[in-house]
Amino acid sequence: MAKVPVQFTLNGSEKAEFIESGTTLLHALRDKIGDMSPKGACHQGTCGACSVIIDGELRLSCLTLAETCNGAAIRTTAGLAEGGVLHPLQRAFLDAFATQCGFCTPGMIMAAKVLLDRTPNPSREAVVEALSGNICRCTGYEPIIQAVLTAARANSQNAA
Amino acid sequence: MSLALQTFSSVKDANAALQAAGTRYLGGGTLVVRAANEGDVSVSRLVRVTDPGLSQIAVSGGKIRLGASVTMAAIARHPELAALAPAARAVGGPAIRNMATVGGNLFAPAPYGDFAVALLALDATVVTEDGELPIETFLAGRDTSRAVVTAVSLSMPKTESFRFLKISRVKPKGISVLSIAALMQRTADGTVTSARIALGCMADRPMRAKAAERALLGCKLTPEEIAPALAAAGEGISPITDPIASAWYRAEVLPVHLGRLLLA
Repeated sequence: MAKVPVQFTLNGSEKAEFIESGTTLLHALRDKIGDMSPKGACHQGTCGACSVIIDGELRLSCLTLAETCNGAAIRTTAGLAEGGVLHPLQRAFLDAFATQCGFCTPGMIMAAKVLLDRTPNPSREAVVEALSGNICRCTGYEPIIQAVLTAARANSQNAA
Repeated sequence: MSLALQTFSSVKDANAALQAAGTRYLGGGTLVVRAANEGDVSVSRLVRVTDPGLSQIAVSGGKIRLGASVTMAAIARHPELAALAPAARAVGGPAIRNMATVGGNLFAPAPYGDFAVALLALDATVVTEDGELPIETFLAGRDTSRAVVTAVSLSMPKTESFRFLKISRVKPKGISVLSIAALMQRTADGTVTSARIALGCMADRPMRAKAAERALLGCKLTPEEIAPALAAAGEGISPITDPIASAWYRAEVLPVHLGRLLLA
């Protein structure tokens, strides 16, 4: 199979790879580039564990072909911490015990990040809606919802 | 699994490439990449078109034209498409809505395709390079359709005349037990003068409840007067069985939910 070039920015740094045509973005990120934060779970668009942010929009990397991302700006949970300091969402997830096995966490955080980027002070309902495409089998969701609300409060306090 | 993706700038070139065996059109990927991930070896080549015209929404003179690549999220947030927003929001979760397209929804097998249910009730027209087809005709022949859908056009429904309901067991996002869309014209005293009702999950693709539509004519939307329509709702249905619900269950609850939609 002929390889094709793909080029995009991942968490702000330029990436260029040769991949097999038809490779999913999830596969390219994990197995080619080595960003293991998006998880492959259902590969069906059901669970949200592979969620990444492409050009500001939440998308499922398992259903996105890497070739279609040429020139895109891709963000993953691995790029959130700055200089060893966790992002407020990551900190809130830890503090609220919103992560148990941790498999859904990167996807949850991506879904929460696009919400907070657009709606810094969301209602509980908006949080539930924003996370509705992400499945967690451990926590029962409540700690995750609380963590996102806590991170939102921390954001608005910093801004004030 | 091996897939090869071909990217074209024009629909014409993509249509030519689609003639090859094992080739499918790639819209948002939520159906074909999903099928490939699941091990569907009938998909070996994907074709996509980057023409930005396919992603355009045009609203003018009471007409809506949705490019085939328009996403559910784009419809849900469009200020002039409030009437369609509930049906667009019924599809998937936020990430899926950012990917899933109008064109793809026309091909989605039950239990998916809730937006196409709304389009069927609204008597949309499906546009391809070969011409235009009423959605009902298009859906009937979609398995053998080989031309890329470029757009869907429809008349803007009045907010009060169009109703949409999706029933799922998980809130706020879940797969359909069933979905119902109804477009009804009524006189000033509330008498139904025309009705077009579309059902999701009641066959392998969206279908109309024609017997119920006929039974509603001349009725007011009261529990007594809609009873014959509810009794007729199951005529001609062949609901799917899947992990969400059995065909028996879907048939049993259809009149209940149709009643709730009509009386809402």
